[in-house]
Amino acid sequence: MNIATAVPKTGLALSPDGDSMDRTHSDVISRPRGEVKISARGLNFYYGNQQALVNNDLDILSGKVTAIIGPSGCGKSTHLRIYNRIFELYKGQRATGQLLLDGENVLDSKVDVLELRRRIGMIFQKPTPFPMSVFDNVAYGLKQHYLLPRSEMRDRVEEALKAAALWDEVNDKLDKPGTALSGGQQQRLCIARAIAVQPEVLLMDEPTSAIDPVATAKIEDLIGALRGRYTIVIVTHNMQQAARISDYTAFFYQGTIVEYGETETMFTKPKVKQTEDYITGRFG
Amino acid sequence: MQTHRRFDWDPVFHVLTLGGGLVLMLVVGAIFWELWQGSQLSLEKFGWSFLVTETWDPVSETFGAASTIYGTLVSTLIAMLIAVPLSLAIALFLVELAPPRVSALVGGGIELLAAIPSIIYGMWGLFVFAPFMSETVQPLLAHIPGPFFTGTPMGIGMLSAGFILALMILPFITAVTRDIFRMVPAVVKESAYGMGSTTWEVTRKVTIPYGIQGIIGACFLGLGRAIGETMAVTFVIGNRHEISASLFAAGNSIASTLANEFTEASEDLYLSSLVELGLVLFGLTLLLQILAQWWLKRTRRKMGGGL
Repeated sequence: MNIATAVPKTGLALSPDGDSMDRTHSDVISRPRGEVKISARGLNFYYGNQQALVNNDLDILSGKVTAIIGPSGCGKSTHLRIYNRIFELYKGQRATGQLLLDGENVLDSKVDVLELRRRIGMIFQKPTPFPMSVFDNVAYGLKQHYLLPRSEMRDRVEEALKAAALWDEVNDKLDKPGTALSGGQQQRLCIARAIAVQPEVLLMDEPTSAIDPVATAKIEDLIGALRGRYTIVIVTHNMQQAARISDYTAFFYQGTIVEYGETETMFTKPKVKQTEDYITGRFG
Repeated sequence: MQTHRRFDWDPVFHVLTLGGGLVLMLVVGAIFWELWQGSQLSLEKFGWSFLVTETWDPVSETFGAASTIYGTLVSTLIAMLIAVPLSLAIALFLVELAPPRVSALVGGGIELLAAIPSIIYGMWGLFVFAPFMSETVQPLLAHIPGPFFTGTPMGIGMLSAGFILALMILPFITAVTRDIFRMVPAVVKESAYGMGSTTWEVTRKVTIPYGIQGIIGACFLGLGRAIGETMAVTFVIGNRHEISASLFAAGNSIASTLANEFTEASEDLYLSSLVELGLVLFGLTLLLQILAQWWLKRTRRKMGGGL
């Protein structure tokens, strides 16, 4: 814990002292080894004039599960919502800096946003089945992004539902409305819908916060099963969940990334005092 | 600490609300009874043939509702065909696309439109809109082949009535659908955008279906208003008891016939036939209500929840 004492209490990146920032920065914001899928470089975010994210640097490894934790209002979701540029739906929200997906800056105005969102799927806090049948929910993105004959559409929908561990529960309910499923099933339906278009990255914004413990366990199992095939970034306020399912964890506080590294290390030997305080429940 | 016993108002509350409901039922029942009683003479004389007879001749005392039923349905249909898509477009613009200030301004204007009394629409229709129709719109429409746009472009007639009705129900449908679109949760729309949808795709496949039940409700609200609208229609429909394929031709609706002829009806059979027209309108509205309910149930079964 020696390093922690060297860290200014207000958060690292805010430090105007470049030299000390760099030293502590590289110590507590690790650059994990492996194939980097997404990297944030000097990412800032503003709601109007109010800055919500300050100088976020983060490397996310391909095929791994990365958890983003931190107290409410620390910018976890805000950070995630930059990845697929969903924040652009709202006026006055803007991001500066770089967000590289396979080395290409997604914030570049030349990027095809529709294709970006096919490559990066998103799951939200509440299940969001669309007002259509279970089948059509899963086929929704397929119809948009691909021109498929009917039979192949069926196969792809089945495949996605199987991958989302939902097929056995809904194969006789494909023409029932998506809203007729239980909350946990609805959330897995949304996951099936997202993976049907063959994305590379899945963003999950507190996907189990509106779901009961049993259904939560199923979704956590599912995330485990999807690991490797997809790069998963999950925002969670549940530290046990982060510890259970993620390979890497980033701790956000007041819009800055305080600490980032392997989940196991982070939860057993946190380097920064703030991280330790948060994961031991002293604030948050 | 001592608790105090409160008087239980629930039974009183229960009776009060039940009373309110019963009064409503009673009023509907009474209206039906009055119409039924009043139209006995005509019912006995003409029977079911009243509904399919086109002739409406007070001199020979032959009365049939066919032309007024036709006029009511056609003018309403024209109004719905124009007003529904336009209202949806305006509502979507206000909610999804317009900057907040524009949205508030246009929204206010729409609500103002709803507050204009129907007689004003009628007078405006007769003195301003009908000449515009006959000089500009109808000569243009006359180029379209087929039986619908033939005959003298008089300005007044079925088409003009439909247009005026459309204008009148537009603010209603717009205001209600706007509120419905506002209620579609942001997260559902975000989720659709997150799938890589364009605004058009999100609107067509998610926003509208999500609110479809409310939208159908709003449309039937507008339809209910259009089908019984009296003054505005009376001014511009032409008041002629004949069925013509051409929409330029003058026609008649149930409500406009009642407004025009009630004061003239001196014979008992004439009066009774007019009351029976009222009964027909009552039945027509009821039928549409049932249709709306059935439709709602069907969409709910197909698409589930929503608004």
